[in-house]
Amino acid sequence: MTELERVRAEDQRLAKERQRIARDGPKLTGAKLEARLERTWRRPPGILGWLATVDHKEIGRRYIITALLFLALGGMLSLAMRLQLAQPDSNLISPQRYNELFTMHGSTMMFLFAVPVMEGVAVFIIPLMLGTRSTAFPRLNAFSYYMYLFGGLLLWVAFLLNIGPDIGWFAYTPLSGPQFSPGKRADIWAQMITFTEVSALAAAVVLICTILKARAPGMTLARMPLFAWAMLVVAVMIVFSMPSIALCSGMLISDRLVGTQFYNHYEHGDALLWQHLFWFFGHPEVYIIFLPATGFVSVITETFCRRPIFAYPVVVLALISTGILAFGLWVHHMFATGLPRVGYSFYTSASMTVAIPTGLQIFCWLATMWDGRPRFQVPMLYVVGFIVTFVIGGLSGVIIASVPLDLQLHDTYFIVAHFHYVLIGGAVFPLLGILTYWFPKITGRMMSETLGKIGFWMLFLGFQLAFFPMHFAGLLGMPRRVYTYPAGLGLELPNLLSTIGAFVVATAVGLFVVNGLYSLYRGAIAPPNPWEASTLEWATTSPPPPYNFAHVPVVDSKTPLWDAEGELPVVTGLRVDEKETLLTTVVAASPDLREPVPAASLWPLILSIAVAVFFISSIFSPWAVLFGSIPCAIAAAAWFWPKELNRNPEPVIT
Amino acid sequence: MSIQHYQSIFGNAATEVRQFNTLFVIFLVVCAVMYVAVIAFLIAGIARRRRAAEANTVEEGRHHESDPAMRTGLIAWGAVVGTGLVALAIASFVADRSMANAAAHEKLSITVTGNQWWWDVQYNAADNSKMVRTANELHLPVGVPVRIMLKSNDVIHSFWVPSLAGKQDLIPGRDTDITITPQKVGIYRGQCAEYCGAEHAKMALVVDVDSYPDFIKWWQHQLQTAPKPTTPLALAGYNYVTSRNCSACHAIAGTPASATVGPDLTHLASRRTLAASMPMSEGNLYGWVADPQSIKPGTKMPTIGLEPNELHAVVAYLETLK
Repeated sequence: MTELERVRAEDQRLAKERQRIARDGPKLTGAKLEARLERTWRRPPGILGWLATVDHKEIGRRYIITALLFLALGGMLSLAMRLQLAQPDSNLISPQRYNELFTMHGSTMMFLFAVPVMEGVAVFIIPLMLGTRSTAFPRLNAFSYYMYLFGGLLLWVAFLLNIGPDIGWFAYTPLSGPQFSPGKRADIWAQMITFTEVSALAAAVVLICTILKARAPGMTLARMPLFAWAMLVVAVMIVFSMPSIALCSGMLISDRLVGTQFYNHYEHGDALLWQHLFWFFGHPEVYIIFLPATGFVSVITETFCRRPIFAYPVVVLALISTGILAFGLWVHHMFATGLPRVGYSFYTSASMTVAIPTGLQIFCWLATMWDGRPRFQVPMLYVVGFIVTFVIGGLSGVIIASVPLDLQLHDTYFIVAHFHYVLIGGAVFPLLGILTYWFPKITGRMMSETLGKIGFWMLFLGFQLAFFPMHFAGLLGMPRRVYTYPAGLGLELPNLLSTIGAFVVATAVGLFVVNGLYSLYRGAIAPPNPWEASTLEWATTSPPPPYNFAHVPVVDSKTPLWDAEGELPVVTGLRVDEKETLLTTVVAASPDLREPVPAASLWPLILSIAVAVFFISSIFSPWAVLFGSIPCAIAAAAWFWPKELNRNPEPVIT
Repeated sequence: MSIQHYQSIFGNAATEVRQFNTLFVIFLVVCAVMYVAVIAFLIAGIARRRRAAEANTVEEGRHHESDPAMRTGLIAWGAVVGTGLVALAIASFVADRSMANAAAHEKLSITVTGNQWWWDVQYNAADNSKMVRTANELHLPVGVPVRIMLKSNDVIHSFWVPSLAGKQDLIPGRDTDITITPQKVGIYRGQCAEYCGAEHAKMALVVDVDSYPDFIKWWQHQLQTAPKPTTPLALAGYNYVTSRNCSACHAIAGTPASATVGPDLTHLASRRTLAASMPMSEGNLYGWVADPQSIKPGTKMPTIGLEPNELHAVVAYLETLK
């Protein structure tokens, strides 16, 4: 037998074997198929299986729960700060402790709550919304969660050990440099940033690839749900902004650890370099938090107004242009630094320009309400609360985009009011709305409508009471980040109101948690589509099985569940004995490839432990960079070790 | 001077903030109009749902249709938002230019250096003997454009006296400046506006805007050296201050104490505030000298544990530094 004949014979044998592989289809459907898929897709048993899981729903759930725990911790810090500021010249908290509190509050809320919770919701829901069985790179997804968890633990364990950072969430040099922040507080902050960078980049890659390649057949880019568009823009923004913070925090660590002089002006470094690099990341970061929330608003508005969002292309273009503009306005954080004044005008214009796409999006939501028939259930209440609140924050943003006005308002409580209106009104309100909305999909039970409504009104009114007076505190001359203020400046009343409001907000958030826990055990059992919504996540059971859909659905409109006559059409032919998913083309979403999905694996966890040891020990010695990289290399090599050397009828990943 | 405007951006006490106030009102009005428009549309949309027949919803089977008026509305809304923003951007640019031009003709130059957590103030003059050094307090003549050069000895601070002008950062390794033309006699409070470490909250300064003759009188007074102690107690204090820990950091003109690490004490008792945070008074002086670390934890001034008789003497001497 010649070589060629042997290969042919082997090919024929493989072709026969391939025909014997079990696939979903008319012959294999219903309960039999579901049992088969369940066996293939369920996570391995035991604690190791729990740690090794690559199911996007479990990872997404962990992301959301962890982020909500950090929200609670960050919220408690803010209550402590509000108690201190309730009265002038208060001695409740020492200056050092207060500075740690606001540093921890800002860092926790930005890096450990707001961004991860958006990623977590997306990781959970995006594959369901797109009609696929899994995210792309599910092991990378697991790795991303563990990196985030370890970064958060580093920061909070350090804080509890009284070595928490005290340099502000923005860590301006030279205050954060070796001369003015001796000890390890600043290093811990900087390494926490490194953890969240790695985690966010990994999650961004997972999301981009999932959204571009794993959509259900027929879901062209022009039919993709707006939340998926928002997350696509956000993930691309993460990819472009994170390198900037990686660079600046890396240079800070190196200044502190091995005596480089990037930020030391005596050695021709520059203190302002930090601010440029930090805000080149820091401003897009705000939109990384806000754009997913606009996606939530679109989702809720569509379902509860009973019609698709008005002017879909305008909303998509608004998302994309906001994502691009976000990279052109970082200098508006630096108007007081004495950079050339004419140059500032560019950043004023760019900052104001953001109001155009945002304004158009708001019009589209309002036009959807106008055209539809809004049902005022809890998620929709949060959307209305969002519009009433967020627009105030957006307009105060226009005010501070002006250089002469910002020179007065910059770094005052006016700014604190502005960004809490934007971040709580603009992101947390929609988040709580969407958690109520997707709660049945995540847990299989409905949240209590009554508790939800009470919670909403408390939160909405408490928020206004807490943050509206801060505008006045700022106008009356109260700078940010002060642990106390003297009596007699007129600051007593606004601060007292803010403190009372903060406690109302905390109670409302507590009520949300109580509602969640109560509903988890006692809530009404949710049908697959309790809100009669239009998108694919509602085409499967609540909660979905590990394989998401028994057959991969096919769509031919933006609102498939509203437009399908009877059953949703499906494609069949994916194998059921191994985890397999369907990839489609980027624009037209026509079926492209069958992609094996990796099995559960402990290697992402082991690698993230190795990386955590590397990052944390490099706070203490530069040699850790050398020795710490060895376990990382071993773990990564083991993770990527080729398992299958023989030819298979169809490749699988074990 | 009403107490509310002591540190308020509505103090309206200098050319620079008057332009700010006009601009702020313009922005506020435009933004208020926009806000009302959004809320009106929201309420109209919600109210309309009662007329069920008109809804383009999935229940009616018309969810892919929409009210043609909305299309026109979207374009109009885009145009209104765009026009409003262009108008505001122009207003902002014009105000900014006029402020920058005003900055060109200063008559008096002062250097303010930021330190953790106090302000070192130096009045510049061509003649060295006319230079004055003080701390945490500026005296400015009304109606005279003053240029304040800003430097930092350690971290980034920000110079901000809301009633007089916007803020300007003090950045180590960079020279910045701000011009102020006070228009109203009075006392204005300012404080550091960039987080600068433990005692950022207690880094305030007072600006005393005087009539021109009063200002010259103040300057003349500041040029004098410290008076010789006249009572035995003050003399004991003088001896302590000039021979022990105090003179390692502080200067008192006309005495051997000449270090520049801490604030100049030559006319300490004539200032309105102490330690960049509290009113000047005998009680505060006692507290501060005895235990600065409990009053302003983290301050660079150590608590040195003075004996009661030393404390009485030091305070008695400091009170003579009018």
